[in-house]
Amino acid sequence: MFDEKALETIKAGKEKWSNDVVGKTLAKNPERKEVFTTISGTPVERLYTPLDVAGLDYGKDLGYPGLYPFTRGVQPTMYRGRFWTMRQYAGFGSAKESNARYRYLLSQGQTGLSVAFDLPTQAGYDSDHPLSMGEVGKVGVAIDSIEDMKVLFDQIPLDKVTTSMTINAPAGILLGMYLAIAEEQGVSFDKVGGTVQNDVLKEITVRGQYIYPPKATMRLTTDLIEYCLKNVPKWNTISISGYHIRESGSTAAQEMAFTIADGIAYVQACVERGLDVDSFGPRLSFFFNAFTNVLEEVAKFRAGRRVWAKIMKERFGAKNPRSMMLRFHVQTGGVTLTAQQPLNNVVRVGLQAYAAALGGCQSLHTNSYDEALCLPTQQAVTVALRTQQIVAEESGAADTIDPLAGCYYVEAMTEKIEAEIMDYLQKIDAMGGTLVAIEQGYIQKEIQNSAYRFQKEIESGERVYVGINKYTMEEPPPQGLLKVDMSVGEVEAGKLKKLRAERDEAKWKAALDKLRQASQTDENVMPSVIEAVKAKATVGEICDVWRDIFGQFRPKEYV
Amino acid sequence: MAKKIKIIVAKPGLDGHDRGAKLLSRIFAEAGMEVVYTGLRQTPEMIVETALQEDADVVGLSSLSGVHNYFFPKVVELLRAKGLDDVLVVGGGIIPREDYEGLQKAGVNAIFGPGTPTTEIVEYIQKNVRER
Repeated sequence: MFDEKALETIKAGKEKWSNDVVGKTLAKNPERKEVFTTISGTPVERLYTPLDVAGLDYGKDLGYPGLYPFTRGVQPTMYRGRFWTMRQYAGFGSAKESNARYRYLLSQGQTGLSVAFDLPTQAGYDSDHPLSMGEVGKVGVAIDSIEDMKVLFDQIPLDKVTTSMTINAPAGILLGMYLAIAEEQGVSFDKVGGTVQNDVLKEITVRGQYIYPPKATMRLTTDLIEYCLKNVPKWNTISISGYHIRESGSTAAQEMAFTIADGIAYVQACVERGLDVDSFGPRLSFFFNAFTNVLEEVAKFRAGRRVWAKIMKERFGAKNPRSMMLRFHVQTGGVTLTAQQPLNNVVRVGLQAYAAALGGCQSLHTNSYDEALCLPTQQAVTVALRTQQIVAEESGAADTIDPLAGCYYVEAMTEKIEAEIMDYLQKIDAMGGTLVAIEQGYIQKEIQNSAYRFQKEIESGERVYVGINKYTMEEPPPQGLLKVDMSVGEVEAGKLKKLRAERDEAKWKAALDKLRQASQTDENVMPSVIEAVKAKATVGEICDVWRDIFGQFRPKEYV
Repeated sequence: MAKKIKIIVAKPGLDGHDRGAKLLSRIFAEAGMEVVYTGLRQTPEMIVETALQEDADVVGLSSLSGVHNYFFPKVVELLRAKGLDDVLVVGGGIIPREDYEGLQKAGVNAIFGPGTPTTEIVEYIQKNVRER
């Protein structure tokens, strides 16, 4: 972007400044540290100048919003058209309680729903299963059957809101229920919009809500993608997630690299299924974390957009620009929140939300300040939603596109993260691909090593964390935390008993038999899943059919 | 020389948050302990069986999904039923302070919340573990 003569002048000027001006200052006042690094451990220089981005080619590397390689954003007008979707992940207790919170959030200006399911639902167990003991309704809403799902979306028009569901191995079942309810509301499938996470690979590496072995679970993922392509055209069929990779301790570059590696595996699986990359490509979406180091996060998002665009175009031969767009949801970093002085978290979340906006996210969840203590209270949830409304309406970040482009530091960091991503992708390819890298524990170990490094930095005091290793204080125990009633489990178990007694046994059995048959062949399972949920088969029952056929995943632990 | 401290690090229930459990497993090993990490999805019965098989001195429980009040006391109860009264039981994760007292009354020896330096946990175990 600079001609050579200008660069030479800048270089001479910088050297002079370094030697004469900086040297003198350092002699009197040394800097705070010898080496400055981001929270990911990436070194940060004293000053960035055009010299650090000398290789940058504006047209090729940055381009324009809505155009390849999408470094500057995926839409031509970004937030000048409309803000990102404000989507708070919520759900707890029974379907009725969660429905009340969704309606509250929608009444407060939230524009999309995001459903948190409890762990039994995510792991494919009914509320009365022995492994569900103590967990029912705890970290999300308990859904056993279509009856619960009806209560969850009571009075919520499914043609007006879009819904994101954090569900992976059993994604098809919950989507099936959602579609069946849309049908009952008189909403046709082509008007239904939303997302299922459906990203089973990161369950195996970092999140732990796996059910089936990798190949089988990938088949179910691909079935869902294929089914929606033909029947639910507005549905985002997968949300390839780096969020949990980062939560588990990865660096920013690792988060992006391992997510893209997972993305490559899904695209590969769909291509092997015989799907055209430009048919399913536009419906792939992503999900990332945002930490407090705003500039590093912005660089991460920009680098990710550029890398994904190149991979889809060059590696997979995509022709439709929409297939090349890294469209993503962001959640602020849960792991960055402290139980100590919890109100400080409001500021962390504010900076993280600002990073997501400057980074060009399509939707955003802001965490509540009390989440290191308990599930969020209504007050904390409201502050979190207001935080993103302030970023949207007051900060100015939404008024011009990709405002940090051209910032020497951010551009240099974007290039650096891109190089790191490409390096990881090469290593993973050399190993034989993402599935092999996961089987060998490579990805898991890389993440754990970063988590370990971070912990050591905190404990040595090398990295300051406010309220943890500096600026600490005695404080009274927090009051008014949200408690989930332990009796949810019993209530849900009672409802299940009633459902099983009252449903049409013959219809239920026929539907499960049909599902079993489809699952044993190459047939897409989705139509028979939808039949089964309509016949009131439960999440656990459907998952058991697949457990019988596919077996269960048992991870090796890499410690 | 005293025998190495043997610790079981366990994840009860369906919770998948294992960053802390894995990190501490590594830290305990570096501190000279013998570590057995159970992995995810452990029932109290499985955890106690492992403790018995391994002749563990310490059981460390990690929970971030809000089920500590159910699982931790259950593990203590089963340990006692097997006669493992002198096994030190420690826990950590997202556990509200107001739950600490109840857990300690139920026989959990110590709870370590978010932000606790790992050195503090190691020292506590070294000081309070049974004679070997």
